Amino acid sequence: MKYLMLVCTDPNYTPGQDDGAPDVEDWVEEMDGKGIRLMGNRTRPASDATTVRVRNREVLLTDGPYAETKDQIAGFDILECADLDEAIDVASKHPMAWAGMIELRPFWPDDED
Amino acid sequence: MTAQVKDRIAGIYADGWSRIVATMIRFTGGDWDLAEECAQDAFTKALQRWPESGVPDQPLAWLTTTARHRAIDRMRRASNEAAKLREVAAMDLEPPPYLSDGEIPDERLELMFTCCHPSLNLDAQVALTLRSLVGMSTAEIARAFLVPERTMGQRIFRAKQKVAHAGIPFRVPPGHLLPDRLPAVLHVVYLLFNEGYGDPQKARLCREAIRLARVVTKLMPDEPEAQGLLALMLLHDARRPARVDPAGDLVTLDEQDRTLWDQAQIAEGATICERALRQGRAGPFQLQAAIAACHATAPVAAQTDWPQIVGLYAHLARIAPSPIVELNRAVAIGMVSGPEAALRLVETIAESGQLNDYYLLHATRADLLRRAGRAEDAADHYRSALDLAPSEAERRFLRNRLRPH
Repeated sequence: MKYLMLVCTDPNYTPGQDDGAPDVEDWVEEMDGKGIRLMGNRTRPASDATTVRVRNREVLLTDGPYAETKDQIAGFDILECADLDEAIDVASKHPMAWAGMIELRPFWPDDED
Repeated sequence: MTAQVKDRIAGIYADGWSRIVATMIRFTGGDWDLAEECAQDAFTKALQRWPESGVPDQPLAWLTTTARHRAIDRMRRASNEAAKLREVAAMDLEPPPYLSDGEIPDERLELMFTCCHPSLNLDAQVALTLRSLVGMSTAEIARAFLVPERTMGQRIFRAKQKVAHAGIPFRVPPGHLLPDRLPAVLHVVYLLFNEGYGDPQKARLCREAIRLARVVTKLMPDEPEAQGLLALMLLHDARRPARVDPAGDLVTLDEQDRTLWDQAQIAEGATICERALRQGRAGPFQLQAAIAACHATAPVAAQTDWPQIVGLYAHLARIAPSPIVELNRAVAIGMVSGPEAALRLVETIAESGQLNDYYLLHATRADLLRRAGRAEDAADHYRSALDLAPSEAERRFLRNRLRPH
């Protein structure tokens, strides 16, 4: 199964809680090596985002993210895992699970578009 | 004859429903709705046929085979959908070989761990467990939790969708995940029990919780906490007939008519608890069961082994600290060392502020003050407890205490 792993900051995070968190480079190397991480990247902050909508055939742009939330998306990875338990295990090894939070979203299966 | 067969089918349903659903979830490749529909269909056929033909020698095998035939039939009919066609093509559509009851795999644990997966919220875990493992209808579950049937239907629907879409595995978790996952299963079972314990109308939930715990202990014999939970529930449940008087008022443990307690069930609970503790891995359920056993095996209230209860609460406070455990420890200390010693601990708990809205903190404090001869202070705290008491039965009890004797 494929999962989108959204890597987010946590506005309630207080420094020091991530003592012993794994290193992100090690995480990438391990998950790439296992064929679990298909791709991924950091994203620029919400202040650099542009939101696009088309209404009445007109392209409307908003400066910033689509939702005003304090927690922000800092990056994403696409995972190929056997099941949710494996995806949870992979996510919990990512340093941002310690210092922020991670949302796992399953993909629609390919044949159910 | 017919009534007897119906009783037997009801008995087979109680144990067999979850086994057939679990087998069918595996058989349909994770289609929970189809699995339940086919299980339901098999029991309906049994109700139609068995009164005439008699109950077969291997009823579980008969029901499973019937459910499988129904599933194959349904999947064949659905095979005009391309995706289903591929699934069906990959399956053996020959009627499955006839298995005896003993050969039907028991996958109830897999089902239980799936229903109680921590990625589902607790309400969803409870609802899914009652539907799939206990076999209660959506309407029955909705009544038990005082929510509209529609709401419960949506809750179960969403939970099943999440299981399928999020990729929650249908399995007993591997060893390294068990320390996290088994407590989640036991928690749901105990929650069902407590939901049923407070209300005589919901006694069925207690029976079902005990039945589920028996399944876990049978299939996971090396997990002492599962045994501890079973023992705890058996011991509490054994006292059920004495907990409420004919007027519907709560009767405290020391005033209960012990001849009404189910001695056979107490003996079973105490034995299971001892056996669990001998494994040397004491956990919160085992310790609570040991405390319940101290109460339940005392011939009269005055012979309760309070020093041992104090020790058990101290152990519990070390491995699972909570202000409620501390409060119970204070009560036990009060029985061993007198009210003044207990009041010191209760005052520490009160100062922490964590239990200020909990009526039993105030009621316990009032009780200790009364026994220490401080009637006026006691009355103040009885009144605080009265303001916070959650049910009329509890308020009646407290008002009685406030009345001069």
